[in-house]
Amino acid sequence: MAGARELPPDDVLVSRLREGHEETFALVLDSWSGGMMRLAMSFVSTKASAEETVQDTWLAVIKGIGGFEGRSSLKTWVYRILVNTAKARGTKESRTVPLGSLLTEEEGPTVDPSRFRGAGEPYAGHWAVGQEPQPWHLPEEQVLRGEVRGVIAEAIDELPPRLRAVLVLRDVAGYGSAEVCSLLAVSAGNQRVLLHRARALLRGKLETYLTGAHEAVAGRELA
Amino acid sequence: MNCDEFVELVTDFLEGALSEEDEQRFVGHLAECAKCERYLDQFRQTIAATGELTPDGISSDARGLLLNAFRDWSRP
Ligand SMILES: [Zn+2]
Repeated sequence: MAGARELPPDDVLVSRLREGHEETFALVLDSWSGGMMRLAMSFVSTKASAEETVQDTWLAVIKGIGGFEGRSSLKTWVYRILVNTAKARGTKESRTVPLGSLLTEEEGPTVDPSRFRGAGEPYAGHWAVGQEPQPWHLPEEQVLRGEVRGVIAEAIDELPPRLRAVLVLRDVAGYGSAEVCSLLAVSAGNQRVLLHRARALLRGKLETYLTGAHEAVAGRELA
Repeated sequence: MNCDEFVELVTDFLEGALSEEDEQRFVGHLAECAKCERYLDQFRQTIAATGELTPDGISSDARGLLLNAFRDWSRP
């Protein structure tokens, strides 16, 4: 598996791929397939189906690279093919991801309201005693190799599909908001709502893991 | 601004999507509330840690199949 290896610029990648340079193909395949798998999982129902989606996408890339016009980045072009392939497959599996307006479960507070002082109390709406965020220790090595990776990966897998799609594109694949809005056909405002909800859920899981694991504090998990 | 409002505006703040007035209220609360400062910091750490994720790729079978497909396709 490739880590965060630097990829050559797009024009180099594209011309090498057109020339049939196998190492370059292996490089992009290894660099992007993981993010593509997670994204595909937002649209289809099983891991096997996601893998087939990614495979079909790469086959389309292999056949289509000669006609790639460079109007978007290579990666965006690949992701567009993935989203279209995954959507078509998801529709067949009747697991449509309705994009556009927000669902009711995507509205409302992202932090358990019981963690704040209630109306009528002094300092209403401020963190309640003992419910405020506790200090974390999140050393980088632990993120790169340790269990924290697993905690985050699992939390992402558990996200509802639309939240997962936005979070993977923005925070794992590193796309800007405009690109994500266009890829998923959501408004900028809704994209931020979905992203915020997804990030808040992940922060909550990390909080439970990083503070709860050591203090055995129960009942703090976000719903 | 109260803490329960602050925690809902973090992404809008990071995206530069708050109105000027809300941004001033947000920053004003941040300056006064160490707990929300911590919340924001943890939110940022979460985003950074997510960005470090190298997700599981495809199976080695699929990888082999695709490498073969690439080889066959590019062979004249
Ligand atoms: Zn506060």
